[in-house]
Amino acid sequence: MKASDKFLKYYVKDLDVKGKEFSEAITMTGTKVETYENLSKNLENIIVVRLDKIEKHPNADKLVVCQCNTGKEVIQIVTGAPNVYEGMLCPAVLDGGRVAASAHDDKEHPDGIKIKAGKLRDVLSNGMLCSIGELGRPADLYGGDDGILDMSSIDCKPGDDAIKALNLDDTLYDFEITSNRVDCYSVIGIAREVAATFGKTFTYPKTTFTPSFKDNSYIKVEVLDQDLCPMFATRFVKNLKIEDSPEWLKDSLRAVGIRPINNIVDITNFVMMEYGQPMHAYDYDTIRGKKIVVKRAKDNDKFTTLDGQERELNDSMLTICDGEGAIGLAGIMGGENSMITKDCKNLLLEAANFNGVNIRLSSKKLGLRTEASNLFEKGLDPNNAIAALNRACALIEDLHCGEICEDMIYFYPKEKENVNRLLQVSVDKINNLLGVDIDALTMKKVLDRIELTTEIDGNSLKISVPTWRQDIWNYADVAEEVMRFYGYDKVDESLPNLDIVPSISSKSDIIENASMLVARFNGFDEAMNYSFESSKVYDKLLYSSDAKERNYIKIFNPLGEDFEIMRTQLVNGILKSLSTNYNRGLKEAKLFEIANIYLPLDEKIEVLPDERKTIAMGGFGKNLDFFSFKGYVEEILSASHVKGKISFVKNENISYMHPGRTADVYIDDVCIGFVGEVHEIVLKNYDIHTRTYLLQLDLKNIIEKSDFMFKYSEVSKFPRSERDLSMTVPKDITIDKIEEILKVRGGKLLESIELFDIYEGAQVGENFKSVAYNLSFGSKDHSLTSEEVDKVIDKIINGLKTLGIELRK
Amino acid sequence: MDINLDKIKDKAIESIDNASDLKALDDIRVSYFGKKGEITAIMQRFKELKDEERKELGKAINLVKSAIEDEIKLRQKKFTEKILGEKLKREAIDVTLPSKKVNIGHLHPCTIVYNDVRKIFEKMGYTVVTGPEIEYDLYNFEKLNIEKGHPARDEQDTFYINDKVLLRTQTSPVQARVMEKGKLPICIISAGRVFRSDSVDATHSPTFHQIEGLVVSDNISFADLKGTLTVFAKSFFGNDIKTRFRPHHFPFTEPSAEMDVSCFKCGGKGCRFCKNEGWIEILGCGMVNPKVYELCGLDKDKCQGFAFGIGIERLALLKYEIDDMRLLYENDMRFLNQFD
Repeated sequence: MKASDKFLKYYVKDLDVKGKEFSEAITMTGTKVETYENLSKNLENIIVVRLDKIEKHPNADKLVVCQCNTGKEVIQIVTGAPNVYEGMLCPAVLDGGRVAASAHDDKEHPDGIKIKAGKLRDVLSNGMLCSIGELGRPADLYGGDDGILDMSSIDCKPGDDAIKALNLDDTLYDFEITSNRVDCYSVIGIAREVAATFGKTFTYPKTTFTPSFKDNSYIKVEVLDQDLCPMFATRFVKNLKIEDSPEWLKDSLRAVGIRPINNIVDITNFVMMEYGQPMHAYDYDTIRGKKIVVKRAKDNDKFTTLDGQERELNDSMLTICDGEGAIGLAGIMGGENSMITKDCKNLLLEAANFNGVNIRLSSKKLGLRTEASNLFEKGLDPNNAIAALNRACALIEDLHCGEICEDMIYFYPKEKENVNRLLQVSVDKINNLLGVDIDALTMKKVLDRIELTTEIDGNSLKISVPTWRQDIWNYADVAEEVMRFYGYDKVDESLPNLDIVPSISSKSDIIENASMLVARFNGFDEAMNYSFESSKVYDKLLYSSDAKERNYIKIFNPLGEDFEIMRTQLVNGILKSLSTNYNRGLKEAKLFEIANIYLPLDEKIEVLPDERKTIAMGGFGKNLDFFSFKGYVEEILSASHVKGKISFVKNENISYMHPGRTADVYIDDVCIGFVGEVHEIVLKNYDIHTRTYLLQLDLKNIIEKSDFMFKYSEVSKFPRSERDLSMTVPKDITIDKIEEILKVRGGKLLESIELFDIYEGAQVGENFKSVAYNLSFGSKDHSLTSEEVDKVIDKIINGLKTLGIELRK
Repeated sequence: MDINLDKIKDKAIESIDNASDLKALDDIRVSYFGKKGEITAIMQRFKELKDEERKELGKAINLVKSAIEDEIKLRQKKFTEKILGEKLKREAIDVTLPSKKVNIGHLHPCTIVYNDVRKIFEKMGYTVVTGPEIEYDLYNFEKLNIEKGHPARDEQDTFYINDKVLLRTQTSPVQARVMEKGKLPICIISAGRVFRSDSVDATHSPTFHQIEGLVVSDNISFADLKGTLTVFAKSFFGNDIKTRFRPHHFPFTEPSAEMDVSCFKCGGKGCRFCKNEGWIEILGCGMVNPKVYELCGLDKDKCQGFAFGIGIERLALLKYEIDDMRLLYENDMRFLNQFD
């Protein structure tokens, strides 16, 4: 919401604070100034001159030499602009002055451009005649940039300060208005806040006028869809004189970025800025049947709006019709068929109130957002519309634009109900909520300042809340009003006095942190990827068309195809990130991510899906292989104190993994994830051209299997005995079978085993491999004798024999 | 027996002093105390002596023996020290050679910031609560006083799965779920991923993280809110910063505020970093709106408390002066490994 200092001063006449000081104070009472700019920034030493004489430049065809009357003297300025004429009044920057922009480039000049007297093609020029662009203002607000700005129609004389004459001695503020303060989408609303903030008097604009005639049947208003249009008011103006607006009105609009058109349009725009109430002007003589009907459109109705575009409507959109058809899209834009032109003789002025949600949806469906729809969709106060309509008539009278009819023909069934609300709130409750001690009288004074007229009734406040304050309903709302002007910064700071027991970390937190530590200690950086991705990911990962992972949740209104489904795996994110690193030339990359995957529990997602906290780790580079990743799995499970038997079972069927180098991870009989090498084709799909490894584990499953209530086990104080066993093993016997025998037969005395060599080749024969273990034995209560160890070794050897394994000599 | 022990001793000591290495020393030791050694030979002749002579000689020999032995030891020590010294010298390395990298991974900047924020509130007694990321409209909006038709629910902002289910746009639904349980006092933070349908650019991401707090009892005031968040801000940004609470609006709270901190780059004087305002917007907060208590089934006359919400990404961008939010989701390790 934009408002200029001059605009605000129409209503806060003695406002004497500007710029930074103004911005800071008004921000602290709740109307935040986002930015502000001085309209005369970088403009210095610019006066109005009259061009008394214009002669050809002796040395240049495109230049002319102007004798400029400054009120005190005549100075010579050379210009290249073709639009100058003798007698013209225009702005001139004098020697040593400054302008905001250059006519010769589109560059920004943060410090403006300094102008000095000098010679142009040997002829002295004591300054520069200025275009509107050079004064730093958008040319379209001034009817385009045709060269030097012609000020002849403006009330000014040679020697006047051109900045003042053009009303550029002004500051423009851009306010952030919060959605609860619809009343502040108007200059009046902001002015009210300004007056209260700075302790100044707020004056309403004039809304009275002297009507010229009576006519209570100039129009008939019928509202068929009252749910969408609670109020519709009209005024009638005869014998219209459409012409340019006076400069003050034009400049008020220009300051806030609105292009002046003619007096009637400018008045409706000005009143829209003042009151935040859009209005619409119809050419009365085009209204067929002298009748207005407000009703929903029919599906596929066509209507041409005043921008010349034909639009297709549907039955949720509200239209303004005359006796024969639509003449406007309610609250959004008028129709081409009823718009006022400069030949318009009689005017029908509308100020209405429409359902905000409906306007928002219609304007979205049409792809047509206007100043009016932006305002209506916030939900306006119907009472404000009548005030605005009268204000417009007062201006029509002031500017002598036409004859105003005394009668206002309008539809407003709930007029009597829509009056100030009475609210009674406890002073103590407000003080308690804020943690302050403000007396009732101080509160009253604050509230009165913003027209929340307050009476003190013992320990409570009786407040009359105006209809424009749709945000004030209870003590908390009032407390905010009190604190805004009492000062948020004056509330002392304290800490809550609470009887609470801080809770301990949850199991899931502990496991998540433990997994992060394992990943970090192994050199993995934490990645973060979006929770949504493209469904094409599943093709990239070679999932079969009926894979259960393809049972994903679709977003109804995604940002695009690339973000349309909620991920059911973390693999894509990791591979995509690894690919980024690979393709930026990194030789080694290790990334992990801990995040939810989303598994639907029903087809229509009527119940919330199963969100499963999952960890994925992936990497490429030296020293990485299946077994290092297997190690990470073991570390995570060990750090999570998983209770149960952990096993790795070869899985050849994960589409995106190497069939010979991938295993499912089990705790007892529950599969909690997988680990392995990524399939070559998939790597190609991700544009990674080196062996890459992955693991993905379901942390929710691990949490269920973990138990932190473990006890320590005693360590032996006696020396260990170590034995090496080197064996010849039939090739198809897997290592886990050997280790099972070692562990079972090794019994209590076997403390640990370590595989230190595995070999396949000619020396052991085609169908065999050589495997060597180091076994450590120990007892908690004595030093083992070699006989004791030998006995266990014999048991082990006998066990191994059952698998066809022989010791190597 | 005619033996000049002193002469033996002097000779021995002289040869010890002249010995060139440990081996020579050992030879000298053998030449005196070995099987055929000079001293050994004298001892062997002891039995020829009378008791008294033997005793006297024994004493004298022992003296000589220990004198020689001491000298050998002394000399030995010198040699070993010298050898060790040479060895150590030989083993000298160039300590400016590069280290063997201990390759420890790094947490994501958002995780680091989250952990920092979380620790601050946990120290103040807050309990961490989590909730679903795919959430019912009921908890994400309705119970938080964002009724149907409210612009915040617009499809432009919210990803919907269907009419009733959406991707949570804030972590506040967790607060609604906690309030609904009806147990007071409440002193929680909830954190996690939230989603808004903003297109990806330098300052927007359709996924980001929030951490929200909720404190409800019967007497919690705005003063408590200010105090708590100032403690947070000073713990996070440093003791020197100041906080400023500005009026604002959130449907969930009333009165509402935004908290700014004095610019930690310029100290509040105004610079490019704070857009010359001297203040940097950090978070939104306020007193829980009585309507929300009602909607969540609590007695609005018995509840008074505050809530606040912090954007983790925003804090990370500010803290590390990251100028493009997209970097956070690109996962380039050269970016990630800068954070610890």
